[in-house]
Amino acid sequence: MDWGLIVSETLRAAVGQEAIVFALAAIGLNLHFGYTGLLNFGQAGFLAMGAYSTGICVEYLQWSLWAGVGVGIVAAIVLALILGLPTLRLRADYLAIVTIAAAEIIRLIARSVTFGHITGGSSGINGYADAFYELNPLGDGTYGFGPWRFDDNRLWVLMVGWGLVGLSSLVVLLLVRSPWGRVIKAIREDEDAARSLGKNVYAYKVQSLVVGGVIGAFGGMVFAIGNQSVQADNYGTATTFLALTAVILGGTARVPGPVGGAMILWGLISFTENILRQASAEGLLPTAIISGTQVGIVRFMLVGLALMALPIFRPQGIFGNRREITFETR
Amino acid sequence: MLRPGATTAVFMVALAAGTSVLLAIVATTAPALAQAGGPSGGATTTTAPGGQQGGAGEEPESEGGEEVRGRLEDRVDGELTPVEGVKVTVATATGEEVGTAVSDDEGEFRLALPGPGQYVATLDESTLPKGVRLRTPGANTRTFSINVGQSRPLLFPLGIRARQTTGDFDRGLQLLVEGVKFGLLIAMAAVGLSLIYGTTGLVNFAHGEIVTFGAMMAWIANQLLDVQLIPAALAAVVVTAIAAGLLDVGVWRPLRRRGTGLIAAMVVSIGLSFLLRHLFLYQFGGRTRPYGDYTLQRATQLGPVEIAPKDIFSIALSLIVLIGFGLLLQRTRWGKATRAVADNPELAASSGIDVDKVVRLVWTVGGGLAALGGVLLGVAEQVGFQMGFQLLLLMFAGITLGGLGTAYGALLGCFVVGMLVQVSTLWISSELKTVGALVVLILILLVRPQGILGQAERVG
Repeated sequence: MDWGLIVSETLRAAVGQEAIVFALAAIGLNLHFGYTGLLNFGQAGFLAMGAYSTGICVEYLQWSLWAGVGVGIVAAIVLALILGLPTLRLRADYLAIVTIAAAEIIRLIARSVTFGHITGGSSGINGYADAFYELNPLGDGTYGFGPWRFDDNRLWVLMVGWGLVGLSSLVVLLLVRSPWGRVIKAIREDEDAARSLGKNVYAYKVQSLVVGGVIGAFGGMVFAIGNQSVQADNYGTATTFLALTAVILGGTARVPGPVGGAMILWGLISFTENILRQASAEGLLPTAIISGTQVGIVRFMLVGLALMALPIFRPQGIFGNRREITFETR
Repeated sequence: MLRPGATTAVFMVALAAGTSVLLAIVATTAPALAQAGGPSGGATTTTAPGGQQGGAGEEPESEGGEEVRGRLEDRVDGELTPVEGVKVTVATATGEEVGTAVSDDEGEFRLALPGPGQYVATLDESTLPKGVRLRTPGANTRTFSINVGQSRPLLFPLGIRARQTTGDFDRGLQLLVEGVKFGLLIAMAAVGLSLIYGTTGLVNFAHGEIVTFGAMMAWIANQLLDVQLIPAALAAVVVTAIAAGLLDVGVWRPLRRRGTGLIAAMVVSIGLSFLLRHLFLYQFGGRTRPYGDYTLQRATQLGPVEIAPKDIFSIALSLIVLIGFGLLLQRTRWGKATRAVADNPELAASSGIDVDKVVRLVWTVGGGLAALGGVLLGVAEQVGFQMGFQLLLLMFAGITLGGLGTAYGALLGCFVVGMLVQVSTLWISSELKTVGALVVLILILLVRPQGILGQAERVG
């Protein structure tokens, strides 16, 4: 087996576009789940809002891509309000069920034939984001060193993407250190106590849902613009659960947690995939047990196992603080 | 209480035991499944769901050789008139043209094919008479495969759907019957989900996978071990019930003992759902597959409603099982204990009820019912790795609508959701029927968050 290739692929995946997308999704989810204790299981819906807003604005409305970015932010805010206003007064599990349902509604509508003339149906919207690449200040060529060598367009996406990750992390850091952040953490720990101190718990929860949702929408935009493609099935429940895994792996209620979690998660996914692929190509794995196409499935099985084991054995994740985790509060 | 280290070890063993039972059952079928997915795949045909007309069906079989045939009829106000002179061109999957057929004065077209394989048929829309349109705009191509000696009907529905009042009314009745069937099916699958929530507080995201597991067990017994579907379904219900019971003993009881929070447990169930679903995909493949029995059944006319015997059977069976389950809850000691635990676990425990035993039974019975729901869903549609997960959201919608944690509320809520999903296709396209139900879920939460039978509980 070519270990050099495996290691370099792993290191590339850790800074790649997927890591950025899921880092952004996870930063938003961390604000919901880690800091406020909101069970948002529909983060994929917020990503879809960001992604489809850019796609629809360019292809269907014939607006500019940047108008699409603005519309995406507004769409995420509207979605957060639609989901939050009815459910945030209710018990926590209601939000979980409603958000996962809403994300599926968005996915089903986006891939339907009925709205296909707007969303592109199951084939999606493709090749629409040239406006983004026209702004690329880098000349043609390959840049980077070691395993991290990318062509100019890829590097442009990565630069903007990591810039957004840094900016979002900074915003979350400033927010959670502010009085506002102390209130949402108090809500996570004991909602009734926060309310009895005169805080408008409901308003704080809605605000948290909005801010985290908008950060998630940026993740969707990076996903869509980086691939030059919006596909409805990329915004299914698996996306939400991968983001959730990133949050828990990195450590809930920590600013670097979701970013580190997403990098490690994609590094690990690429690592296992490359090992399995090479092993099966060299005939080390009997084809009766695992074939080439099944390798992609195995990595999701591992994500499932991680999602089962982490809350039980290491609820604070890698960077987390055991005293500050959503899991202990009931 | 055990020391943390010891609890971890115990849990590890229990987790391994609990999941390995499920894994072992699925894994042992791997080679057989791989074979079944091979050459025999695609040899089975199924009835078109819902009995939509608009094409061929009653023509006699041709003399031999592979061919494709169909009847083009324009539908205006529910009346069918044959459409003459329409060109249908057939090409192979690689794009080589095979031939063109033109519909005759009866609207029929027929084209011999060179052999079995994949073909693409294209209807030339410019040859349609004035005013006649495809029912689904732009849907003028069909990809199909032909087996040796097969004469295959091809549907190109024309005209607009009947908008007459009587037509709508009849269609409404038809959908109502299908809604009853679907609603009872969801109710059966979801009762366990609601009772598990009621007794343990766990929102079990892996419940859909129990449904899939049951349907797949029946499929394995039916298609690979050649057992008739009814005994196969019985066996699947028993196996799934035991597996669900073991899941409680192996995973959830240790977690409860450990004092794992409800949110952590919910995330664990998401992980389990993710793991099992991909395991199913890994072993079963991404295609949906039918059972070997009851796939081709002619619908009988019952007044204005067309219904296949299997649907009548499905409705009757669900009703009997659900009424039996209701009696079990209402009349037996276990039922009383279950309702007590669902109402208040601490109080139930202090009055001498063995809560763990009740919960185990809830898992077992709920798992069995979910499996039965899965088999019926597999008969109505087909068996696929995502079938349970797709049903999960409807089950959530149903039990939330009925009132989280209640047994009868779950039955009622799921019944309503099932009806809604089917009847809503009167007004919206059937690909969006799930969307309608989920939107209603959100609307209901706005108006009556505790559900139909739930008790109001003020949180904020």
